[in-house]
Amino acid sequence: MTHNKIPADHSTELPSKCQVQPEPEDPSEVNSRRDFLKTGAASLLGAAALMTQSDDAQANIEWAEHFQGNYRLMTDQEKVEARARLEKRYSEEYGKAVTVDGTPAKEGVLLGYALNIRKCIGCRRCVKACVAENNQSRGPDAGQRIEWIQVMKMARGEFTKDKMADGYPESQGIQYPEGLGIQVGGNAYSPAGVVLEGEYFYEPEAVPEKDATYMPLACMHCEKPPCVKVCPVRTTYREPDGIVVIDYNWCIGCRMCMSACPYWARRFNVTTPVLPKAEMNPKTHYLGNRPRMRGVVEKCTWCIQRNRIGRYPACVEVCPVGARKFGNLLDPESEVSLILARKNVFRLKAELNTFPKFFYFFD
Amino acid sequence: MHKLISFAPDYIRYIIKGGIKFYAWMGFLAILSAFSLYGFYLQNTEGLIVTGITSQIHDGLYFANLVFLVGVAAGAVTIVFPAYIHHHKAMHEVTVLGEMLAMTAVIMVMLFVFSHMGRPERLWHMIPYLGIYNFPNSMLAWDVLVLNVYLLLNLVCGFYFLYVKYSGGKINKNFFMPLVYISIVWALSIHTVTAFLISTLPARPMWFHSMMPIRFILTAFAAGPCLIILVFLIIRKNTKMWIQDDAINLLSLIITWCLGMALFLTMSEIVVELYARTEHANGLYYLMFGLHGLTKLVPWFWGSLIAMLTAFAMLLIPGIRTNYKLLPIACVLGFGGIWVEKGMGLVVPGFIPTPIGEVTEYYPSMVEVMMSIGNWGIGFLILTVLLKGAIGILLGEVKYGGSKAEKSNDVASGGKAAAYEAR
Ligand code: SF4
Ligand code: SF4
Repeated sequence: MTHNKIPADHSTELPSKCQVQPEPEDPSEVNSRRDFLKTGAASLLGAAALMTQSDDAQANIEWAEHFQGNYRLMTDQEKVEARARLEKRYSEEYGKAVTVDGTPAKEGVLLGYALNIRKCIGCRRCVKACVAENNQSRGPDAGQRIEWIQVMKMARGEFTKDKMADGYPESQGIQYPEGLGIQVGGNAYSPAGVVLEGEYFYEPEAVPEKDATYMPLACMHCEKPPCVKVCPVRTTYREPDGIVVIDYNWCIGCRMCMSACPYWARRFNVTTPVLPKAEMNPKTHYLGNRPRMRGVVEKCTWCIQRNRIGRYPACVEVCPVGARKFGNLLDPESEVSLILARKNVFRLKAELNTFPKFFYFFD
Repeated sequence: MHKLISFAPDYIRYIIKGGIKFYAWMGFLAILSAFSLYGFYLQNTEGLIVTGITSQIHDGLYFANLVFLVGVAAGAVTIVFPAYIHHHKAMHEVTVLGEMLAMTAVIMVMLFVFSHMGRPERLWHMIPYLGIYNFPNSMLAWDVLVLNVYLLLNLVCGFYFLYVKYSGGKINKNFFMPLVYISIVWALSIHTVTAFLISTLPARPMWFHSMMPIRFILTAFAAGPCLIILVFLIIRKNTKMWIQDDAINLLSLIITWCLGMALFLTMSEIVVELYARTEHANGLYYLMFGLHGLTKLVPWFWGSLIAMLTAFAMLLIPGIRTNYKLLPIACVLGFGGIWVEKGMGLVVPGFIPTPIGEVTEYYPSMVEVMMSIGNWGIGFLILTVLLKGAIGILLGEVKYGGSKAEKSNDVASGGKAAAYEAR
C-alpha cells in the first residue's frame, strides 16, 4: 500500500515557527533543539515502522499519530498532514468519506451563548441532537454513554406545605425523595442538597411536566478556564474566538481538567467509544466532533465544526422553543449581545470567577 | 575509578545472594508484580472501564495510593532531619535506609501514576521540548518536577553515601551536606505540592481549603515513620544489622505528635464544616454519614478514625511506646488508618456530589485492587533489594576488595555505621 511513507514524511520536519509567545532564550536555539528532538522521535518511529514491515496503512497511520505534536503548535503543513491522516483512517473505519476540517478562528469574533431559562421545556432534544452531531459514544454500558448536555429536571413547588418534610434524615421515618431529588433548604435538619441537584436522565411522556423546571447545562467556555490552567500538557486550550477545545491526540488522560471544571462539563472515555458506522457524522473538525479514542477527555465545543463555517450549533438549531441563542459577543448587534444588554442575565457559579461565556437569561 | 567499576557487580552480587526465606519472599513479590502487569495490559487494551471509575468519580484507588505514597516518601525526612540537624546519633547510622525508603516510595508513586493515566504511552508529551510542559501553570507539572528531583536527590545522597562506605573513603562534606539540607526541604515540598494539586480546585469544595498541605505533612510524618519502624523491627530480627532503640523511640515520639495534630485538624474540619453545614460540606457528610442513602465509605471513615485514635492512645503511653511487641500494633493501626483517611477517604468524597449535584458512589473493581496490590508488591520488591544492599554495605559485608573476606564482617566499617552482632 502507499502509505508506508507517512512516518518518513513526518520526519522531514518543515522549518517550524515558534508559535507560542516569544521565549526568553534565543528562539533559534530553542527551535533547533526542538527540531532535533522531534527528528529523533520521528526517526525512532521510522525505525519502528521498518521493523514491523507492515503493509497495513491503518497501522502506519496510527504509528504516525502516536508521534505527532500538539495541534496548536504544528505548522500549517503538519496540520494538513495530520488531518489527511485522520481522514484516511476514519474513512476506512466508518466506510464513508469522512472530512476532518481545520478552519481556524476568525478575527474579531468572540463567541457567546445565551439560554432562556423560562422557555426551556425540558424536551432534551438538544441532548439527542448533540450526541448525533458530535459522534459521542452510545454503547449499552453506562461507561459507553456520553452526553455533553444535561438538562436538569428540578421539582417545582419544593417549598409547598406537603413537601416540608422531605429531606429529613431517614432515621426520622421519612423517606428520601425518589432518585436524587432536590433537597434545597427546607429546615434545619435536612441534609440540604446542592442547589443544582436534579435529574438529567428522564424520559417524560410529555413536556413540560407539570411539577418541573429545567436547567440545561454544558461546557460554559469559561474566559478564565480552570481546566486549561491545570492541564499539564496544554492539551486543552482556549481558541482565539473563545472556544475551549481539546486535542484528543495530545491528551494523556490524567483527568486533572475534570477535577478542575466547576460545571462537570467534561467526560472521560473509559473505553473505546461505541459509534455505529451508520450513525457516524462524517463532517468533522479536528478540534471538535471527530471520533475520539479510549482514555481521553472530551466535552462540548459549541459545534466548532459548524460555527467555524458560519452555522449554528446543533442544539441551537434543534431547540423547538428557541430558548438557545448563539453569536458573536464582539458584535453589538448580534442576538446574544442584545440579550446581554437588555435581559435579566446571570452566570452560573459566578463567584468562582471563571467568567463563563454561557449566559442564562429570563424575560 | 576501579573502585567505582567494582561497586556495581559487588553490590549486585550481594543483593542476589540469600537464603530460602529471601527467595521465597522475592518470589512472592514477583507474583504480585505480575498482577500489576496484567492489570496494566487490561487497562490499556480495554480501557479504564475495567476499573470502577466513571466520569462522575474519575479518581479512585490509584490516585488515593498515589497521594498516600507521596506522604511515605516525604516521611523519610523524619530520619534525615534528626540525623543531620539534631545530630541524633542512632538516626545518623540509619539515614541511608530512610533514603532508600524514600526512593522506593517515589517509584511507587510513579507506578500509580501510570496505572491512573488514560493514555500512559503519551507520557512523553510532558517532556519539555519534545512535548509541552505546562509550567508553572499546572500544579501537576509542579508535582512531577518536585517528585523527580526528590527521587534524584535521594538517589545521589543515598548511593554516594553507600559508595563512600563501600570504598572506605571519606565523605566530601562540601558536596554531601548541601544536598542533604536541600533534600530535607524538598521532602516538605513534595507533599505540599501534592496537597496543592487537589486543594487548588474550587470546583471541589471538600478539598478547597488551606489546611490541606499541613494536614498532608502531619499525616505523612505519622504514616511514614510507622512504616519505617515496622521495617526497622523486621531488619533487627532478620539481619545482622542492629538498629538502636534510640532511633525507634524517637520515631515513635514523632508519630505520636504528628498523629495527634493530624487528629486535631480532622476534628477542626469536622466542626467547621458540620456546624454550618453548607452544601460545601456534602462531601464530608457523605464520608461520615452517607448522602441520599449512599453509605459505602461510612464504615471506612469510622474504622480509620478508630484505628488512628487507638494508635494515638497507645503511643501516648510510654510503656506501650517502648514495648516492641505492642509498638508494631500501634504502627499498623496508624499506617492503615492514615491510608484510608488520606487515600480513599479524601479522594473519593471530593467527587461526591459532583459539581452539578449528582450523588453516585465508587468502589474499586477487581482489576484495580489487583493492580494496586501488584504495585505495592513491586514497591516491596524494590525496597527489599535497596535495603539489603544498603545494609550489606553498612555492615561492611560489601566493601571494596572485600569480596573474598565476606564472612569476617563484625567490624564496623568507617566509624559511624556501627554494626552490632545479631543477638
Ligand atoms: S465549563 Fe468546565 S470544561 Fe468548560 S471551559 Fe469552563 S472549566 Fe473548562
Ligand atoms: S485529561 Fe487530558 S485534557 Fe485533561 S488535564 Fe489531563 S491531559 Fe489535559
